[in-house]
Amino acid sequence: MLNFTIKQLAVELAARRLSSVEVTGFFIKRIKGLGKVFNAFISVDEERSLSAARAADVLLRQGKGCTLTGIPFAHKDIFCAQGWRTTCGSKMLSNFVAPYDAHVIERFNTAGAVIAGKTNMDEFAMGSSNETSYFGPVRNPWNTAAVPGGSSGGSAAAVAARLVPAATGTDTGGSIRQPAALTGVCGIKPTYGVVSRYGMIAFASSLDQAGPFARTAEDLALMLNTMAGFDARDSTSLERKTEDYTRDLSKPVRGLRIGLPSEFFADGVASDVARAVDAAITEFRKLGCETVEVRLPNMKLSVPVYYVLAPAEASSNLSRYDGVRYGHRAPEYVDLVDMYKKSRAQGFGAEVKRRILIGTYVLSHGYYDAYYIKAQKLRRLIAQDFTDAFTKCDVIMGPTSPSTAFNIGEKAGDPVQMYLSDIYTIAVNLAGLPGMSIPAGFGDTNLPVGLQLIGNYFDEARMLNLAHQYQQATDWHVRMPEGLEEP
Amino acid sequence: MNWEIVIGLETHAQLSTRSKIFSSASTAFGASPNSQASAVDIALPGVLPVLNKGAVERAIRFGLAVGATINRRSIFARKNYFYPDLPKGYQISQYEVPVVSGGSLTIMVGDVEKTVRLTRAHLEEDAGKSLHEDFKGMSGIDLNRAGTPLLEIVSEPDMHSAEEAVAYAKALHALVCWIDICDGNMQEGSFRCDANVSVRRPGEPLGTRCEIKNLNSFRFMEQAIKFEVRRQIELIEDGGKVAQETRLYDPDKNETRTMRSKEDAMDYRYFPDPDLLPLEISSELIKSIEAHMAELPQAMRERFVRQFGLSAYDAALLTTSRDIAAYYEAVAGQVDAKLAANWINGELSSRLNDQNILIADSPVRPEALIWLIGRIVDGTISGKIAKDVFRDLWDGKVVGVQQAGGSLSALTVQADAYIEKMGLKQISDSGEIGKLIDQVLAANEKSVAEYRAGKEKAFNALVGQVMKATKGKANPTQVNEMLKARLAK
Repeated sequence: MLNFTIKQLAVELAARRLSSVEVTGFFIKRIKGLGKVFNAFISVDEERSLSAARAADVLLRQGKGCTLTGIPFAHKDIFCAQGWRTTCGSKMLSNFVAPYDAHVIERFNTAGAVIAGKTNMDEFAMGSSNETSYFGPVRNPWNTAAVPGGSSGGSAAAVAARLVPAATGTDTGGSIRQPAALTGVCGIKPTYGVVSRYGMIAFASSLDQAGPFARTAEDLALMLNTMAGFDARDSTSLERKTEDYTRDLSKPVRGLRIGLPSEFFADGVASDVARAVDAAITEFRKLGCETVEVRLPNMKLSVPVYYVLAPAEASSNLSRYDGVRYGHRAPEYVDLVDMYKKSRAQGFGAEVKRRILIGTYVLSHGYYDAYYIKAQKLRRLIAQDFTDAFTKCDVIMGPTSPSTAFNIGEKAGDPVQMYLSDIYTIAVNLAGLPGMSIPAGFGDTNLPVGLQLIGNYFDEARMLNLAHQYQQATDWHVRMPEGLEEP
Repeated sequence: MNWEIVIGLETHAQLSTRSKIFSSASTAFGASPNSQASAVDIALPGVLPVLNKGAVERAIRFGLAVGATINRRSIFARKNYFYPDLPKGYQISQYEVPVVSGGSLTIMVGDVEKTVRLTRAHLEEDAGKSLHEDFKGMSGIDLNRAGTPLLEIVSEPDMHSAEEAVAYAKALHALVCWIDICDGNMQEGSFRCDANVSVRRPGEPLGTRCEIKNLNSFRFMEQAIKFEVRRQIELIEDGGKVAQETRLYDPDKNETRTMRSKEDAMDYRYFPDPDLLPLEISSELIKSIEAHMAELPQAMRERFVRQFGLSAYDAALLTTSRDIAAYYEAVAGQVDAKLAANWINGELSSRLNDQNILIADSPVRPEALIWLIGRIVDGTISGKIAKDVFRDLWDGKVVGVQQAGGSLSALTVQADAYIEKMGLKQISDSGEIGKLIDQVLAANEKSVAEYRAGKEKAFNALVGQVMKATKGKANPTQVNEMLKARLAK
């Protein structure tokens, strides 16, 4: 069962060779036992999960199940799930029990899926290493001294360590793709607007997008079928025809044009990462794909642009955490302003405070035009680069992250170094494009390397097709960290 | 030395949608605290705003009513500040591009018409309420009002007296009620004004302004502006300078006082709300709203002058609300339109005001007034007696009229019978009037002598005596003519 994909589990559950209670019990036992070392979960509620599993088994017995029915999924602790503590990795919300379900949770519940637990994450999704979590860092299953990436580090580690078959995450500047790369699993961030943000705690609203983590491209497609779709409660949700993301998985990829941006292969990428990515590209050529060089001349601006826009939105989004209605309130204060100051000073960690300060600054009178407006203009230029590139190619490929997983503490003291670890992923969010990371080998220290695929708007099915075909020809995605066989 | 007063008004009109501007919670007034605050209104983590189309339609209706530009694309922005009754830590408003730009409102100041230009009108959400009493040193927060849709209507500084400001506010109030976008209930805060007031010497540039916040009655507005104007003039005349600041009006002391100075002005860090797409308005939507718009008060006012020959003043009074106008049109269509205007603006309106009753609830329905005016015109009763009959109609003493409902013919039967029974019919029999005149002339020789000596007043006294003798039932025109004839002999 350990290495079953969602696809396989669905077959076993439908044939009733396995029950949801058995599957859920198996994975929760792993989460509570061996999984503890990775600190991948913030909340586990075995009884609640098993009760959902029993309900799923009833559906399956009645033949009313669908693909995800009875399968346990871990959800990033950024999604509100009714009755579950939903912390967003912060002390500020450490006491917050969500009274409602996020759209994503609702979709999984409707499908009869089981919530296996809520995963650890960088505080308010601000971080690239999972070190900013109030609940402590997550450890990389390939090497517990290394980070799993962030901000969805808990979900990525949970899937890599086989603590769950699959998980959800969110990606504002790479928070699905980078941890997927660093832990050797698959993750996709769909086109902005494909998955509703309702009930997903906001970091930077114009960039945030939810997506799945799994071990195969096929599983990603199955999850996306459940997660995607219009939701009237999110004004940025797109009203489109329902898509079957599995529809193109088996299509041949011969003749598809892969764009290789020179900016992705310049200085800054570690040689072992470059080697693995080159090998992956070679594999795609063998599958009949063509490669073409493309340029993304403004991509170098994406990190500074992102670190103006994302903090600007965050500074406003996080204003609601004021200790008045819910969340952390300082135990002692002298007046209203003191209550605000102390509650927020105590409730937020250093990285969150840094971004609130940056965001407040760039929106301030006299600075707004120079920072925020300028960054918005550059954002359009960055998006235009991609539009131009997609006239020459069908998909863009390159490294997901400039290096394999770094060690816990290695970059924690240097925010700029930390921010640069998202250099290849951020532009995709700024443009609102779909991006994906799949395992593509290992680096010098035997840590996973991720290959990034960037598609044109709404081209998820084609990206999944390419990834699936690659996974038919290679076996990087089935490699497992050592020492995880024991339950 | 004379001073010119310059006033601009910012008005918050609460839009009459059933649900809030960004959530589905009810906007009904007076519910128990926090019972009408949804997850969106209390800003739980993860919730998102969804724009209420009804609020947009009302904003468009307003824009059309004042001849403004409806911007096809407007932007919702976040106005960031911390306050306990502002759950998100920001208010969603419109900043750089509002839904409505420009337009104007024609107002009557006394019987002089004046046009006030509008700067803009934008959509925004209201905050909740902080309650500082009854919580033993703590404050209570009621978020029922949080997210209530508001249209903020900003005028140009076109008003030059407290009276003009009040006339504008009243006309605006009447308009938003007329086009049914706001219930206009000022006590419940559905319509509240902030006044920007400054003074200058004629010909000089604008003076420094002060903003007086939350004027929620026309009377307070007038008093507050008058006080503020006096304060600013005295300050300057004493060699001082007006400081730009926000002031509050205290109706108990009848004074304004500093709330916050410009130095304390907050940096709201406005930026476009990334949770809401730009508001796009199609020309089809504008056209369909336009097609369903009722005749506007100004157009109706002009029509009344044209069609019924009313004075601008009377026409303005009759178009202060849709109900008054409808009442008037119901009556004017059947009887003498000028008389109808006089009765509605006179007797009926003073009764309604005295008893604080809306015309829609008037005990004297249009049918009854049609009958009454009809009986004056056909000479059945005198104008003086008609006032008594009106009173009896109002008091429900004309038995059967209420039961007759809206049917004019049924009502006529009952009311005519009442006049008959009470002996209120006008005396137009010249023989009878002649007899009475003879008696009065005989009994008032002194007055007769005075009249003949050229004292006009004496004539009126004699008419009065004749009328008194008939308990007001004599036809006054007839009395006048016959009396003149007799005295001329």
